[in-house]
Amino acid sequence: MGFFIEVLFGGFLAGVLYALVALGFVLIFKASGVFNFAQGAMVLFAALSLVRLMEWMPIPIALLVSVGIMIVFALVVERLVLRPLVNQEGIILFMATIGVSYFVDGFGQTIWGSEIYTLDLGLPKEPVIILESVFEGGVLVNKFDLVAAVIAGILVTVLAVFFQKTRIGRALRAVADDHQAAQSVGIPLRDIWVIVWSTSGIVALVAGIVWGSALGVQFSISLVALKALPVLILGGFTSVPGAIIGGLIIGAGEKLAEVFIGPSFGGGIENWFAYMLALLFLLVRPQGLFGERIIERV
Amino acid sequence: MTAPATALLDVNNIEVIYNHVILVLKGVSLKVPEGGIVALLGANGAGKTTTLKAISNLLRAERGEVTKGGIEFKGERVDRLTPNDLVKRGVIQVMEGRHCFGHLTVEENLLTGAYTRGDGRQAIEADIEMVYSYFPRLKERRKSLAGYTSGGEQQMTAIGRALMSNPTTILLDEPSMGLAPQLVEEIFEIVRKLNAERKVTILLAEQNTNVALRYAHHGYILENGRVVMEGSAAALRENEDVKEFYLGLSASGRKSYREVKHYKRRKRWLA
Ligand SMILES: Nc1ncnc2c1ncn2[C@@H]1O[C@H](COP(=O)(O)OP(=O)(O)OP(=O)(O)O)[C@@H](O)[C@H]1O
Ligand SMILES: [Mg+2]
Repeated sequence: MGFFIEVLFGGFLAGVLYALVALGFVLIFKASGVFNFAQGAMVLFAALSLVRLMEWMPIPIALLVSVGIMIVFALVVERLVLRPLVNQEGIILFMATIGVSYFVDGFGQTIWGSEIYTLDLGLPKEPVIILESVFEGGVLVNKFDLVAAVIAGILVTVLAVFFQKTRIGRALRAVADDHQAAQSVGIPLRDIWVIVWSTSGIVALVAGIVWGSALGVQFSISLVALKALPVLILGGFTSVPGAIIGGLIIGAGEKLAEVFIGPSFGGGIENWFAYMLALLFLLVRPQGLFGERIIERV
Repeated sequence: MTAPATALLDVNNIEVIYNHVILVLKGVSLKVPEGGIVALLGANGAGKTTTLKAISNLLRAERGEVTKGGIEFKGERVDRLTPNDLVKRGVIQVMEGRHCFGHLTVEENLLTGAYTRGDGRQAIEADIEMVYSYFPRLKERRKSLAGYTSGGEQQMTAIGRALMSNPTTILLDEPSMGLAPQLVEEIFEIVRKLNAERKVTILLAEQNTNVALRYAHHGYILENGRVVMEGSAAALRENEDVKEFYLGLSASGRKSYREVKHYKRRKRWLA
């Protein structure tokens, strides 16, 4: 039992990461209907910016400057991509984000370099044994996993308060519901787009910190976006809690499957388990676990 | 009674084209005096919504464009502004089909209407109470998701939301759509009250000519993107053609083709 829990916790770390990436997708998709292929590239870019800036300045300043960079990025995307393409079909915007994705990948590596960088924010890494009173021998976890979970938890709470309680958050939800009506009451769509892309950029930075601290900052980070897709299918494209829970389910599910079912397939199922789960979900519940309730009055 | 020369809102001979090719308004002019209720009447597709959207500048979001003529509000050209600018100046549109934010509560819907305001929380809260005083039913439903409220409640929410921007002028598009006659009457009574008590100027687009002409002071009739008739509400109500073709009252029973032709000829002359 202790071993099972250990595997589960290990899976949750990957899950937190998937959840953070999926969260970035959901924010942008909800507010602008754009499926942002560049989310993974944004994670890499944010993490690269941070790790290289840290060579020049103290960590808190580097963090602030990285946030600033993601906001500038949002402004540029709004001005050069979203504004000219306003009112175009979703598929055209999607293709534009593919372009953005390649550009950001290339641009980031050109200015920041393309080696593997270790990101050390001084987060604790040593393993600890918890739940000793519950299981014999306790459960061995990495302290870092716990810290990552706490960081993700704080981020999600802050976002939830922002969305539910503030004037801008309310405007974001209004735009997500009906962008024409939002315009009719004087909510400026361009400002809203900059705000969601900035928020998404900051979420990407947090994801980059978690991932980069665990495995180093390197190109493969941007591929994590591919794992966010099954998470979105599971959790629903428009649901913030869905992104979180979907991420955890996929993360934990693939680790458990690898360890407990994998051997009977000869191993290696971790790589496709998430997609298979997503496929099953598409057949059973296409709107996802928490997909926005489609309001229908009878 | 004709509209005075200095109007609050002056739409001057505008032409509107959608998608660069579809010519929808072919020179529409109208004036809305301060404190007035002006009705814009006409059948499906006449161009009422397009006219309102040209004023509120929501047209651009639908790839529509004012290609000729101009729109003045308080003597200033406003046709190059954004909807946000217009709301700040006091002109707000209540869209056809209500368009409430379904996943927001009724009260949150009202609060979104105050987005452009900078006069502080207290003033906004006072105005929420003001809206509830006009629409007591919204107060009972304040915590419900707007998507689950009835059509009448949604119409009230949409009007209340617009009021929250502290407007001087409301462009009200088909408030009667899909509502039971009694509710239509109720909503129009409130519109009249808002006009009388809060001095809100109203430009109203309606297919329901009968109701609109009872509450409006002045009316314009739109056909195929042109104004074909204009007059005080009382005069329009008594006009034989309006009676026959828009109010469905005919002294002579069924309309013959010749009468229709006669009407069309007269219309052309007017246009
Ligand atoms: N976005 C658009 N693109 C192209 N054509 C449009 C668009 N919106 C409206 N039209 C056309 O413009 C004409 C006028 O439409 P409009 O919605 O202004 O009429 P309306 O008087 O409000 O009608 P209704 O009473 O049905 O609401 C119609 O022929 C319509 O097909
Ligand atoms: Mg209309």
